[in-house]
Parts: sequence; structure tokens; C-alpha cells
Amino acid sequence: MPKPFDKLTATAAPIMRANIDTDVIIRIERLVGNGVRGTLGKWAFGSLRYLADGSENPDFILNREPYREAEILVTGPNFGCGSSREGAVWSLQERGIRAIIGSGFGDIFFANCFQNGILPVIVDKAVVDQLAADIEATQGAGKVSIDLEAQTIVSPSGARHAFEIDPRRREGLLKGLDEVALTLQRDLEIHAFQDADRTARPWIHFQKTPASRTSA
Amino acid sequence: MEKTGRTMLAKIWDQHVIARLSEDTDLLHIDRHLLHDLGGSRGLLDLKSRGLKVHNPELTFATPDHALSTAPGRAGTSKIGMELLAALRVETAASGITLFDVDQPGQGIVHVIGPELGLSLPGATIVCGDSHTCTHGGLGALAFGIGSSELTHVLATQALIQKRPKTLRARFEGKLPLGVTAKDMILALIGQIGAAGGTGYAVEYAGSAIRELPIEGRLTICNLSIELGAKMGMVAPDEKTFEFLRGRPYAPQGEMWDLAVKAWRELPSDPDAVFDREVVIDVEKIIPQVTWGISPEHVVGVDGVIPDPKAVDDPARRAAIETALEYMGLQGGAPIAGTPVDWVFIGSCTNSRLSDLRAAAEVARGRKVAAGVRAWVVPGSENVKREAVAEGLDKIFIEAGFEWREPGCSMCLAANGEVVAPGQRSVSTSNRNFVGRQGPRARTHLASPASAAASAIAGAIADVRMMGR
Repeated sequence: MPKPFDKLTATAAPIMRANIDTDVIIRIERLVGNGVRGTLGKWAFGSLRYLADGSENPDFILNREPYREAEILVTGPNFGCGSSREGAVWSLQERGIRAIIGSGFGDIFFANCFQNGILPVIVDKAVVDQLAADIEATQGAGKVSIDLEAQTIVSPSGARHAFEIDPRRREGLLKGLDEVALTLQRDLEIHAFQDADRTARPWIHFQKTPASRTSA
Repeated sequence: MEKTGRTMLAKIWDQHVIARLSEDTDLLHIDRHLLHDLGGSRGLLDLKSRGLKVHNPELTFATPDHALSTAPGRAGTSKIGMELLAALRVETAASGITLFDVDQPGQGIVHVIGPELGLSLPGATIVCGDSHTCTHGGLGALAFGIGSSELTHVLATQALIQKRPKTLRARFEGKLPLGVTAKDMILALIGQIGAAGGTGYAVEYAGSAIRELPIEGRLTICNLSIELGAKMGMVAPDEKTFEFLRGRPYAPQGEMWDLAVKAWRELPSDPDAVFDREVVIDVEKIIPQVTWGISPEHVVGVDGVIPDPKAVDDPARRAAIETALEYMGLQGGAPIAGTPVDWVFIGSCTNSRLSDLRAAAEVARGRKVAAGVRAWVVPGSENVKREAVAEGLDKIFIEAGFEWREPGCSMCLAANGEVVAPGQRSVSTSNRNFVGRQGPRARTHLASPASAAASAIAGAIADVRMMGR
């Protein structure tokens, strides 16, 4: 169940390269296994954060003060494109990231953020560029504020920017709603749909096969 | 207001709405849910931990593909890979989910087996915890990748909350030149509109060149929708689709078949349907494509040159090219053809079907892989493997010096220990040339199976049209 998100004032790190894909956010071998959650924070952006010998890359922004404490990322176009791996969101979350501001995100990554209580904010590229410039002008000391209720971002320069967000997703984040629980409340509707659909599109539906063992 | 025609997306979408949740968001019924070894057991265990059961196990199908070694005998599957396989077996059995297991007909890359078994059907909603689920759209399905949370949601409810995407129609018009394939068509489109060109859209591929393509080519086209930024891509079903599906194990049979085909004929977009965006591609201008950088949009014709950052004015674009060239170890302004390669990988959900292997074998036959090049052929499924062996394709590859492997995802994503070594250069028929995708610091060039085979023979990125077949 996602943690609610309402307001956040925090250090923000601009990572402005275009097309940062989910393979760059988290390498696949870190995600192989059912016990990986909770181990991923140190591997977020692994190929950018660490040098070939395993030591920290001093040039990468999240390895520098004060960006090391960043809870907000300001990102270039098409951040989170590529794979559906939700581990990309988990790794950022475990690294302490709670919101990501960019001009556009990979569709699946964007949806995965909401499932985990991470706020992805879409604003015009000009706003993203201005935010990044404002942050860099303070060498990261100036904080960025996000107010989901009011749908505003405040830059370190004091500039205030409104953002749009789907009202359902906004409510889900504000309240930390669990979609599975919400949909299960509609189980009668799901069954009614399936009953009607068995007549309309019988080729879609199969007989249930008994489980070889019940997982009671 | 004048009534306009409906798109295929709208028709399929509306047939699946269980409840309208807001103006643009619906609770959709999911007709087919495919599980694989990386995320399948995790989802089933997650469900169990919530005290829930699989809503419709008979609409859920599983197979191991990602973490499995493709070495003969599956030798070298990691301990954790074996644990995932064991967990998938236990949890699918406990839930009554059909598992297509190792060495059984039906096992293979999820996006190869869905169409092959007739699980994927026109007009069906299909999801899988894998972004290349868009592949199944080649049959006229509404298919898309989902994350772990949505996967659990589908297991629990057989439904998913989705926002209706915008629609983009990409029309490929004209006659495909010799040596140019479906892979080249879609890479050319990505080069034209960019890796985010389809973000927020469901893409419908149309036009005379799409109609001419066999189904396997359409699956390849749809497979790369996500590399365009679109999580859904589809092609209207037609007679070729029906012929492809007829008689497949899970496709409807008898009277049910006739009923289904009648409904499927209604699915294509109406002639007066309006799309939010239209793109037209003249396929007669397409030549074999190969990527030079770290995003699928970094693509050129094989007779082209690597972009020179010095010739680019926009600082952000120039920096992006410089970053890519540094990673790839390439010089801007140099011809892409002739770049020496260390590895060739023929496989993946993009290009591991029988027609792909035939195209590569046609190039490889009677020739030899260049000294110093390691070349792998990884069939997409157990059935593809068996059909290829029955045709003698394995022998052609082996005689030419390729390694013939067991079905699986293999070197496409390197989740199974099968990696290109750091700094080495690979020509791959897969879908992503991302940084480290084929292994840490591996350098990947995406291309078609024919181009990949030609490059293996030449020992360098090669123009298959020069190979004289």
C-alpha cells in the first residue's frame, strides 16, 4: 500500500540527460530474485554512480553534497523510458526519492510511480530547465517545494509553477489509496461483466482447471 | 456534432469496460495474463501475503524465459534463477495456472508463445509484467506491459485501471525494398519521430506495407512500440491474421472459430476514424537500419555515417550525441558499416521466430562467421526450436560457426548471466541498445536478423544487400 503524499520541501537534484531508461536506473541483475526489495537503494543509477572499480563516481550528482540528500529529481525528457521493471521506482524510493519533476516520462514508469506513492510531476520543458538552473545557481542549497493539494512547485528562486495531474491519481496519492482494495470492492461488477462476456465473446473464456494443491 | 468513425483502440477498449471511473479512466477486463519467471512468482506470493486468490487462473499462463540459461541442458542457470523457476512451478501449480515448463512445447519467450499458442487473439486485452507485451498487438490485440503492482492487481481482480491513451496512426506506404525487413521499418519510424514520439499514445500501424507483412513481421513492428514510447501498438486483423491463428492450440475451434472471426472482422478502425496524430512513412526510402548510440532513436541506414556532434547546433542534442559516442567508442562522421564487432546475437521477443531464423540462415548458409566473432542463435520458443531443427536451420548455423542455443530471453537483457563483456561490441536483433543492457559497458547495435547474420560473417557491421542473396 503506498504511503500518502501531500507536501514536500527538499533538496532537488537535476539529472538532465534525455532518455534515462529504467536499465540505467536499475540494472536487471539487481532485480533477479523475490527478496530484492529493500536492497536496491545502493544500486539506483548504478552505472552512473559507480566507476568500473566499484568506487563512487565523484562527478555524478547524487554523489555530491548537498545532492546526496536529494528527495526530488529534476529530469530530462523521457525519464524512465524502457522496461516495465517496477524495481526502477523501488530503487529510487529506497534511495530516498519521493518526487520526480520532468517534461515527460516513460508511460509504464509513470504508472509505477503512483503505485508506490512517488509523485511524478509533468511540466513544460522550459519550467524544468528553469528549475534546474535555479537549483544549480544555489549549488543545490536552495530547496524545491511541491504541494500536491495546491498543484504547485516553488523553485529555489521563489518562482511558483502550477502543474496538472489526473484527479484520480492525485486523490490516490493524497490518501495513499490501494488500487487492489478499491477494485475488489467492485467484484460483483467484475463477475457481472464476465458472465455477460461469456455470451458475447465465448472464445475468450476457458473452463477453470482445479489447482493441483490449494493454497488455503 | 457530426459522428465520426471509431478507431480499433476505441472498439476494443469499449468492449472491456467493467466500470467507468472518470472521464478518461476505466476499469478494464483483462482477457489474458502472461507470467514469466522474473516477476510471476513474486506476484503470486504478493497475492498470497494479502490473503487473496487468483481471480481467473484459467486466463493466466506462465513460462520461464528471462532468468533461464539458454546453454544446452540449461547448464549455467544461476542459483537464484533456479529458485525463481522452482517458485514459479510451486506457485502456478498451487493457483491452478497453466505453466509451459522447460523443454515442453509451449515454453519460450512470453511474447513468442502467446501468438504461437493462439493465446493472443484479435480484440483481446493482454497484459504481462514486461514492456514488450505490445508485441501481441501484431494480431490486433490490445496488449501492454505492466509493473509489479499492476500485475498483482490483475491476479487479484482480472481487471486493471487504465487511462485511455491518445491515438497515433503510423502508415507505412509503398513496397518494401529487397533486404529491408519489418525491423528496419520500425527502427526507421523510431529514428523519424524519436524514442518519446509515441509516449501517451496507442499506436496503430497501417498502410499497404503493413498489410503486405506476414504476421511475424507485424509482431516485430509492434514489439518496438515501447521503444517509440508507446506502451501499446497494434495492427488491424485481416485474413493473414485469421490464417495464422487457425488451428493453434488455444485459438477457438469449430463454430466458435466462425463466431470469433465474424467479431474480429468488425475490429479494424472505421475508414473515417480520426486519430490524434498521423505519421506517414515511405517504405521505399528505407534501407537496412542499424543503431549507433544508446537509444533506439540513435539509428541510421547501414550506408550512412555516425552523426558528428560538431555539426549539431543545439547544445543538449550535441551533448547527448557526445555521451552516446563516448559510451559506444565511436567517431562522429565515420561510416557505420565496417565497424568491427565481437558479438552477434540473433534472438529475443523482437526477432526469434521461425521467419527470423530463416532470414538469418539464408545469409549464413555456406559461409563462415568471421574469426574472433562469437555469434549466437537463440530460438524464441521450444516450438520454434523444433521447427527450425526440422528444417535443418540449426545445421546451417552450426556449420557456419554460430552457436545454437535453447529458447529464452538470453542476451537481450542479460538477466541470466549471458552477457557481452565490458567494452565489447555486439550486433543484436533485440530491442534495446541502452547503456549496459547486454551487460555492464557492453556496446549494442540493433539490427535485423539478416543484417546481424551478415555482420557475423563480415566481422563488422555489414550491409546485407551487398551479400548477393
